[in-house]
Amino acid sequence: MKTYDAIVVGAGHNGLTNAAFLAKAGLDVLCVEKNDYIGGAAVSRNLYKDWIYSNCSYVCSLLRPEIFRALELHRHGLQVTPYGGGVTFMENGDYFGTYWDSEVAHREYARFSKHDADASVRYSADVMRQCRFIRDSLLRTPPDPTSFKPKDLAELMHLGKQFYEMGEDRMYETIRFWTMSVAEYLDEYFETDVIKASMSGSGIIGTALGIHSPGTAYVLLHHYMGEVDGNVGSWGYARGGMGAVSKAIAGAFQAYGGELRTDAGVEKIVTRDGKVKGVALTNGDEIDANIVVSGMDVKRTFLKCMDESDLPKAFYRRVKNFKIRGSSGKLNIALDGMPTFPALPKGSPLLDGDMHFIDSMERMERAYDDWKEGTWSKDPYVDMVIPTVTDPTMAPPGKHFMSCFVQYCPPKVEGREWTDAERDEFGKTVIDQIGDYSPDFKDLILHVEIRTPKEIENEAGLTEGNIFHGELTMDQLLFNRPVPGYAQYRAPVGGLYMCGSSTHPGGGVMAAPGANAAREILLDLKRQNTVPENFGDD
Amino acid sequence: MTIQEVNQRRLQSPFYSRLAEVDRLNEWHSWKGYTSADAFYDHELEYFAIRNSTAVFDLTPMSKYRISGPEALAYIDRLVTRDMHKIRVGRVAYAVWCNDQGQVIDDGTLFHLRDGEYRLCSQERHLAWLQAAALGMDVTIIEETADIAALAVQGPTSFSVLKKLGLDGIEDLKPFGLAHFDFEGTELMVSRTGFTGDLGYELWIEAAQAEALWDALFEAGKLHGITPIGTHALEMSRIEAGFLAAGVDFLPAEETVRPGRSRSPFELGLGWLVDFKKPNFNGRRALAEEQRRGSEWRLVKLDIEGNKPAHHSYIYAKKRGRLKQAGFITSATWSPVCKQNIAIGTVRVPHGEAGSSLWVEIYYQREMHWSRVMAKATVVDKPFWDPPRRRATPPGDF
Amino acid sequence: MTEQFDVIMVGGGHNGLVCANLLAKAGKSVLVLEANEQAGGAAVTQSFADGYSVSSGAHLLYGLQPQVERDLGLKVRLAADNMSTIALSDDGKHIRIKGSSVQGVGDNDQAEMRDFHKQMLKFSSLLRPFLNKTPPRLGAGGREDLATLAQLGLKVRLLGKTDMRDFLRLIGMNIYDEVEERFSNPLLKGAISLDAVLGTHLGPRSPNTILTLLYRLAATGGRIASPAGGMGAVTKTLADSAQKQGVDIRTSKRVKQIIVDNGRATGVRTEDDDVFMSMTVVSNADPKRTIMDLVGTRHVETGFARRIHHLRMRGNAAKLHLALDGLPAIKGLDKKDFAERLVIAPDADYVERAFNPAKYGETSPNPVVEMTFPSLRDTSLAPAGKHVMSAVVQYAPYELKAGWDDAARARFEDAIMDTLARYAPDLKGRVVASELLTPPDFEQRFGMGGGHWHHGELTFDQFLFVRPVAGAAQYAMPLDGLYLCGAGAHPGGNVSGAAGRNAARAILATEKGS
Repeated sequence: MKTYDAIVVGAGHNGLTNAAFLAKAGLDVLCVEKNDYIGGAAVSRNLYKDWIYSNCSYVCSLLRPEIFRALELHRHGLQVTPYGGGVTFMENGDYFGTYWDSEVAHREYARFSKHDADASVRYSADVMRQCRFIRDSLLRTPPDPTSFKPKDLAELMHLGKQFYEMGEDRMYETIRFWTMSVAEYLDEYFETDVIKASMSGSGIIGTALGIHSPGTAYVLLHHYMGEVDGNVGSWGYARGGMGAVSKAIAGAFQAYGGELRTDAGVEKIVTRDGKVKGVALTNGDEIDANIVVSGMDVKRTFLKCMDESDLPKAFYRRVKNFKIRGSSGKLNIALDGMPTFPALPKGSPLLDGDMHFIDSMERMERAYDDWKEGTWSKDPYVDMVIPTVTDPTMAPPGKHFMSCFVQYCPPKVEGREWTDAERDEFGKTVIDQIGDYSPDFKDLILHVEIRTPKEIENEAGLTEGNIFHGELTMDQLLFNRPVPGYAQYRAPVGGLYMCGSSTHPGGGVMAAPGANAAREILLDLKRQNTVPENFGDD
Repeated sequence: MTIQEVNQRRLQSPFYSRLAEVDRLNEWHSWKGYTSADAFYDHELEYFAIRNSTAVFDLTPMSKYRISGPEALAYIDRLVTRDMHKIRVGRVAYAVWCNDQGQVIDDGTLFHLRDGEYRLCSQERHLAWLQAAALGMDVTIIEETADIAALAVQGPTSFSVLKKLGLDGIEDLKPFGLAHFDFEGTELMVSRTGFTGDLGYELWIEAAQAEALWDALFEAGKLHGITPIGTHALEMSRIEAGFLAAGVDFLPAEETVRPGRSRSPFELGLGWLVDFKKPNFNGRRALAEEQRRGSEWRLVKLDIEGNKPAHHSYIYAKKRGRLKQAGFITSATWSPVCKQNIAIGTVRVPHGEAGSSLWVEIYYQREMHWSRVMAKATVVDKPFWDPPRRRATPPGDF
Repeated sequence: MTEQFDVIMVGGGHNGLVCANLLAKAGKSVLVLEANEQAGGAAVTQSFADGYSVSSGAHLLYGLQPQVERDLGLKVRLAADNMSTIALSDDGKHIRIKGSSVQGVGDNDQAEMRDFHKQMLKFSSLLRPFLNKTPPRLGAGGREDLATLAQLGLKVRLLGKTDMRDFLRLIGMNIYDEVEERFSNPLLKGAISLDAVLGTHLGPRSPNTILTLLYRLAATGGRIASPAGGMGAVTKTLADSAQKQGVDIRTSKRVKQIIVDNGRATGVRTEDDDVFMSMTVVSNADPKRTIMDLVGTRHVETGFARRIHHLRMRGNAAKLHLALDGLPAIKGLDKKDFAERLVIAPDADYVERAFNPAKYGETSPNPVVEMTFPSLRDTSLAPAGKHVMSAVVQYAPYELKAGWDDAARARFEDAIMDTLARYAPDLKGRVVASELLTPPDFEQRFGMGGGHWHHGELTFDQFLFVRPVAGAAQYAMPLDGLYLCGAGAHPGGNVSGAAGRNAARAILATEKGS
């Protein structure tokens, strides 16, 4: 029977990226996927008539341009178009808009506070400084701070140098930024509640933390560090839905000679004598390989697909206690037409972007309190977009697709499994919230897909439906991600690697974990590296 | 509740109707969101209006703040590096202000309008910083950019124009002086200031009176060669005068992202504005430390051989017979009045002492082809253009 | 006539007294000006009802540094040392915690507790040496700063791979996840959570709460003691010792202004307009009060003033003092148990829920409580046969949305009494008199801004290198001649004396250097 050089488990964007770079280096690679479609959480699904749903991830900016370029994803059909706009609707009938043009944006701030308008300049510079710090680390393997190996020491020195070069004052600022809550951080710049509320969302999307939880200022970076064509912090749509991203990477992978198999769920990662031997599929097939790379999150990889006895005890305990918390839900909606929002003038460019319906810091935090009590937020933070305003391919002309990302939504309701009635109730909460600001919205709904963490887990295989494959807290970042001592993509079993978002630098459709893992594998195999370095000085 | 959607078009200064009337080119750009002309007719001819007759420039988009209250002086004195106690009512001070690290946030002019009342005018916007500086002080800060219309009236015949406008007593106004006049029942503030290095004034009036002022001014200047000018002409004259532009020759410190991209007053050649006799001002501790330790950068004014403007050029210095990169040019122009190829740049210390020689790598294009020259440059310590008429009081009737 | 001293100390709290003492010992003439009638700041014993006294602020000793006792040559007399913590259960099945041992929980929890305690002690011992040192400056620092940093780095390295990794992982984590991971007994989880959040604006789910716990342990390894004669006796000892060294302590002298002349602090002016001059002014007041009120922002630079302005110091802890005609009955407790530290924090979620309202400027309907009955060991505090109860209660936010009027106070006191009554049903009937001190009361009574016991939240962003604010962590304020020596400076709160001692050493070192 054939032995592959490598099997990559899971055809999510990271698995595919990893597989593509390995195949590019000349390895004989098989990528197996449990679903009958590829993409993991970066998918375009045809769930209603002629509509295409980006039913998990829905916007694109973090995908590293270095990877896009190295895999020539444009040749495989990927096109990312930036979008402008964005608005936070207020209970009093007003709204706070995000405009693409910096002068107009300034004027909009000034409508609420001239102070905040000017403060936003310093805020942007300060956050961008942190972004540069982290962006530099995205396509690097985190050093092991306990190691004395030259490579680790060199990487630590690099990290130290980046930090040191900021100068004394900005070093202190950095320490503070990395440990503060987004609410406290914003308080140091802005005085207007709705402005703070609209910005704070980026600090908690996808996390089981509230805006007052220390460490959430850092999460801002996971939403600011992306770019579309050098416009750092801007977001875009993949033409044809997020599935276009995975489809393009899969295209590159296959063009390099890789083999893709869908409907091939992995039951077990097979080991022998402390080394991987291959994978056993749920259909009973066994496939051999010298290397197995898991694109699944660490819990799925080690707790579901391996035996406890295969793993060191301390490692097993850490994985078991790795924090992957379901905190987000999603509604995907087919619309018969464009809903109107009376607060906005007709044709407002703000409708091109993300829309939000929480206008105060207190409401933001209270949404989190509900989650802590084991229920969905009764007044949730919804990140709503209508991609069809920009991308005509996702719905018939004049019709629209709407994606509502909802924070917070628990993996279980008060410790019990979700019932269908509860799921519908959750959906209704979101629809009602939007309906409060758009009177014709409900009448335009043709179809709704409601996804709690349970559905997201079952379909995309994300444990608890956590979009980042693990919380982005200090104890699970950089050399702590996913498990201290195992942050360099190598699992504690010979030949087994991790390449999912549970590893550095974490979640978002970034593809960096997949690429970084490929670099480490190729290093171990003493093969030519095919993974690009970052462009530098962005 | 109906919400007035924010204006997404370029703003129009209160002079816009008049600007549009005199404009023949339709070449505009955005200056802090305002429609601002590159030039109205021809930038070179406009430039000569500055040096030869009277040029009028709309500077309404400059950020303006009214600072008042019992502690206004104490506030401003702590804000900027120079001693504001010396600036009496009716005087104007050019000043820089720094953050605690002694890095320049911006430069600007402070007008001592009345007892306990000042106007700060600067290129960038600073309300957040100005309010932070006001913590714990009895002072009021009002942003008044859009409320106050402002014109620069610059050039050798500008005095004659203003006299004809009926501003009695304008002949007594000294450089960096200001006076209040009545203009059709509205207070008109005139300061003898400018960004051109020539005889000139700046006129400040409430926005509603802008058009009337423009009309009266152009009527008065009809026989004195009064000419509206755009940014290009102004830019040439300000380099000749050796003035710095924020965002060009230095960056506002609070907006820099990368390390080492901000500058101290010393590094901008503005050490003369730093008064250590003041017990406290923003940046004092860091600047004192810098004075002990020495600065990293030095701003240089360069007289460059040849006639190819040194835009975007590297500056080199000779070290042991070899040219070594020492800095870069931030502003450059050919000076028509001086017939000199001039530039402002920034170099690493110890390079750039007055009188020393540097080399500038200039790329220029002639009929599609690019050429490169290494031009020798001399560091000068005086403005390139500084005519005696700039200071004469009363000014002559040129 | 204006009196002249080498050093003027603004405020005679325990840190101020320690600092003054050490400076006097080094030969300085030192004047301490205290606003209240007695020195001691928030570490005082005050009578709140006829015959009943209690430690008004801090009521337990967690962290008095042995270095302080040694340098001062004194010994604080303890009524109780190494006290147990009894986590109360409403069904009487309480658990008892002392160091690493717990009674009343399963074997697994006991083993985990031993492991947890050992690990926490090990990590906290890394921090301990830094408590008694000036924090190093980053980047721009001198040789000593580098040495201190290198020492920290080395210590972390010396932990060995496994512990070092755990340290780097745990340091930014929340206590909730850690107790949920380790323990099954809810009382144990609640009690540890409480320890981690006491005196903070954090709930157990907030990241950084392992740090706050480590911090508490760093001081004395988690040993809890109760001083004889209440906290006031500690500060009295400190005051006596200072006076013996020649420190001039004047009480009922409230400093109104720190005088700045030509960019230098040169003295102080009191509320009654007395002026005292000195080349060195040390403030034991909190950083906000010191800079914003006493010095005035005009004498410092804007960035620094802005940082001080943003310093987070919203107190959340209230105190309830009860004068009792006898000990209440708590199911499952003997009389002698009342001499220990009793806590009401039945599980970690309870503590988190108590925290929730604080985020919105509301008091906890079901507060967490740390209570002591000091009169049991110290009969001087109450008439014979009677008792006092002293309880720290959270959460009671300084900025109550509805305002701290009488109704709000009564509501909160009722909530506390109802909570207590769940454990001690006869308590209400035994109350002779009561006193509720909210954060605004602390601010008013002890001058601590925001009523915050630590003069500023003890979180990463206000910790070590950046305490009280970035660029001013070395006791010297960015104004010549002015120093900070209170809890707002490193290493922060609790009655440890460390900030005072460090400040004194920093002042003397500066003089030597210049």
